[in-house]
Amino acid sequence: MNPKVLGVIVAAGAALACLPWLGVPAFYKSFFYLLFHWVVLAVSWNILSGYTGYFSFGHGAFFGAGIYVTAFCAVKLGWPFLATLPAAAAVAAALGVGLGAIVFRVSAVRGELFALLTLAVTFVLATIILNTPIDGGPGIYLLGVNLPKLGPSPNASIYLMGLATATATVLIAYLVYVSKFGAGLFAIHDDEDVAEVMGVPTYRFKLLAFALSCALAGIAGGIHAIFISYITVSEVFSITVPLSVVLMSALGGSRHWIGPAIGAIVITCLLFFFTAGDSAVIGRALFGLILVLVILFMPQGIVGMIVAKWSALFRSSAFDTEIEHPRPATTAPTAPPVPRFDSTKTLLRVEGLSKSFSGVKALQDVTLGIRQGEILGLVGPNGSGKSTFINVVSGHFPADRGHIVFEGREMAGLEAHDRAKAGIARTYQIPRPFAQMTVLDNVALACMYGVSGLSRPAARREAEVHLHFAGLWSRRLAMPDDLNLHQRKFLELARALAARPKLLMLDEVLSGLTPTEIEGAIAMIARIRDQGTTIVFVEHIMRAVTALADRIVVLNHGAVIAEGRAEIVMNDLGVRTAYLGAAHA
Amino acid sequence: MVVPSFGLLAQSILSGIFLGGMYGLVGLGLGLSWGLQRQINLTHFGFVFLSAYLCYQGATVWGVDPLLSLIIVIPVFFGIGVVMQWALARFRISAFNSLLVTFGLTVVIESLIQYVWTADFRKLHSAYGEIKFTVFGLYVPLPEFLAFVVSATLAVGIWALLRHSDLGKALRAMAEDAPIASAFGVNERAISLLLSGTCIALAGIAGAMFALTYTLTPTQIFSWVGVVFAAVMLGGLGNPLGPLLAGMIIGVSEAIAMTLFAPSWAPIVSFSLLILMLLFRPART
Repeated sequence: MNPKVLGVIVAAGAALACLPWLGVPAFYKSFFYLLFHWVVLAVSWNILSGYTGYFSFGHGAFFGAGIYVTAFCAVKLGWPFLATLPAAAAVAAALGVGLGAIVFRVSAVRGELFALLTLAVTFVLATIILNTPIDGGPGIYLLGVNLPKLGPSPNASIYLMGLATATATVLIAYLVYVSKFGAGLFAIHDDEDVAEVMGVPTYRFKLLAFALSCALAGIAGGIHAIFISYITVSEVFSITVPLSVVLMSALGGSRHWIGPAIGAIVITCLLFFFTAGDSAVIGRALFGLILVLVILFMPQGIVGMIVAKWSALFRSSAFDTEIEHPRPATTAPTAPPVPRFDSTKTLLRVEGLSKSFSGVKALQDVTLGIRQGEILGLVGPNGSGKSTFINVVSGHFPADRGHIVFEGREMAGLEAHDRAKAGIARTYQIPRPFAQMTVLDNVALACMYGVSGLSRPAARREAEVHLHFAGLWSRRLAMPDDLNLHQRKFLELARALAARPKLLMLDEVLSGLTPTEIEGAIAMIARIRDQGTTIVFVEHIMRAVTALADRIVVLNHGAVIAEGRAEIVMNDLGVRTAYLGAAHA
Repeated sequence: MVVPSFGLLAQSILSGIFLGGMYGLVGLGLGLSWGLQRQINLTHFGFVFLSAYLCYQGATVWGVDPLLSLIIVIPVFFGIGVVMQWALARFRISAFNSLLVTFGLTVVIESLIQYVWTADFRKLHSAYGEIKFTVFGLYVPLPEFLAFVVSATLAVGIWALLRHSDLGKALRAMAEDAPIASAFGVNERAISLLLSGTCIALAGIAGAMFALTYTLTPTQIFSWVGVVFAAVMLGGLGNPLGPLLAGMIIGVSEAIAMTLFAPSWAPIVSFSLLILMLLFRPART
């Protein structure tokens, strides 16, 4: 968090608050109010949709809910106006949380399906309001509602309420953006499954972001109700709000906290100048056209483009200094050292673990123990269930049956992020870095949500140490796409280590590496274990398995067929049959 | 809630079937491009209405029969579809961004329609628009019947084409895995241009049928989006028969809801079906 940024936001809000007392014509106050209105809507939409990538086309529903709560409470129940605003926020947030509680559990509803679903919710809500006494058809007049006297005139009061909400919204968006919570949201954006496995409580985070986003839209709706003073279902739930907020955020840059605010100001001014003439139709056509051009030519938005240019400059200068001062580091800070191989203590005990994928039995009744401090090689032909084992133990897939007991705690019912917190980390066979974060931020995320749960600044400092260990420090500001396969594999490893796991599961980290790179990786894995981390090691390269593994377990068709010391197991008749077929064994 | 007579209920179920045929017709091209090309083309709705307005213009101003004007509309719309696909392919656009871009284009088309024909309600009057015949005591309006026949014929025809022709097999292979299909000699570029052209041409046909049966107003474009999406997703992406069958289910449930409750409650049926579908049958998409 940068106190200067906070200061600038608050100072800008305070300066604008003086405007009504300077004798500015009413027209400007209305125009500025509209600016604030769109800033609140676009920035609040971005807290869910920009940060996590769950594009909602239903922001109009929550805005509309706010409008109708205020109208209903103020007109039909006679509440004082200011009291209706918290109610508007609460109802909008409750709607969002209710919807999210169902939708966010269904992993298939992402991307375009989430967008369509939220659009459908808007129509359902509009139909309900139209057919019930909340509106009933004729619309609601708010002319009789008393405005609180905040400024020298009624429209100054509306101006001040809009300004206060806009300032608060931008502040909240900034605070979320720089927080650990925000880092988790951006991880969800890039790869939700990986974020969950790395310890980000994705479900709770999405709900929280959705609630914040909806509550702010609800307040914007409440204030807007009194501004327009006559509301109808067809106007409130029109396509304008979702269209505008998507456009504003896309134009400004939805990966940045200030982007949507800039987009909102640009679009509102543009629309104003174009529609001030005569035809609102041309204004809307222009709207559509800008959206098309922005998506095609400027997918990062205005702020995104500026940030990309600026950080490219920064990156090239950072490279110059780092070549002169390489800082070699050979040890990674992991769990406190423990005896190298404690055969009496079982770290992970798996009993009767089964998992099927629509009839294919990927794991059948697997029972095995992993001892404290050992390297267990997990081998078997392709399709034997090795990766499924890692996926089920890490919580990527739920198990159909069986127990996963880690340090005496049952893990089978826990979600993946709880298992990560308990000390289980994994790598993916095909590296899955967060594509839009730098290498450093990728590793820092694991530090924040792993076992140690560091704060964001501390996580960045510790991430540097892990990057030294993995030999990636000089690439810390690069984006994952700029890394070669070898570096991506080591990034995957550094990220798993950064969680400070007690159990590290490596899924074919060596595949695709050259013989020299394999030597380096083997040495590194040995060092990781020497610092006390227990390792499960899935690998096809038998040279590496025999060099590293204390014991090996052989899987075939999802079942354990042999277990023990490498040289003994590899001569087992059943194992040779599984690998080579009966004739060769 | 009022209990309607049997005759009234049967009549409303019939009108629900006709409405469902329309949902299926509008959803046909949308579902094909979504399922086979991973492209959510919202402009489909814009083009349905554009074609409807063109047919209206032809019939009312120039005195051309709406079915005759299809001779011009189909090739022109096919060309538009080809050009649009060519442009989208140039920018290598993702499925989600295709939704945003075509959303923007649809708004442009809507504004264009409103600029030319204003926001007033328009109704096409044709020689056979008012003809009704009676079957088993139920009124069957000719335009609705015609639209249903066209919808069913196109759906079954395209289904057969996809299933049995070489072109259909190439299309399905492309939908499954485009790079692999092109490695096996499927000309992906040509086929996707052809498919997009066909989809927009289908939108043109749907528009003519729409103009025959419904009153037109530009803002309706977006009110059809939700319900047609519901039909397409309920029916299964890429399956030409799906939107028709699902559309009929939705149409009939809406018609029953209208008779039992009030017409203004009807939208809730399709959107609730869509929401339930998204939540409980996600595997099919």
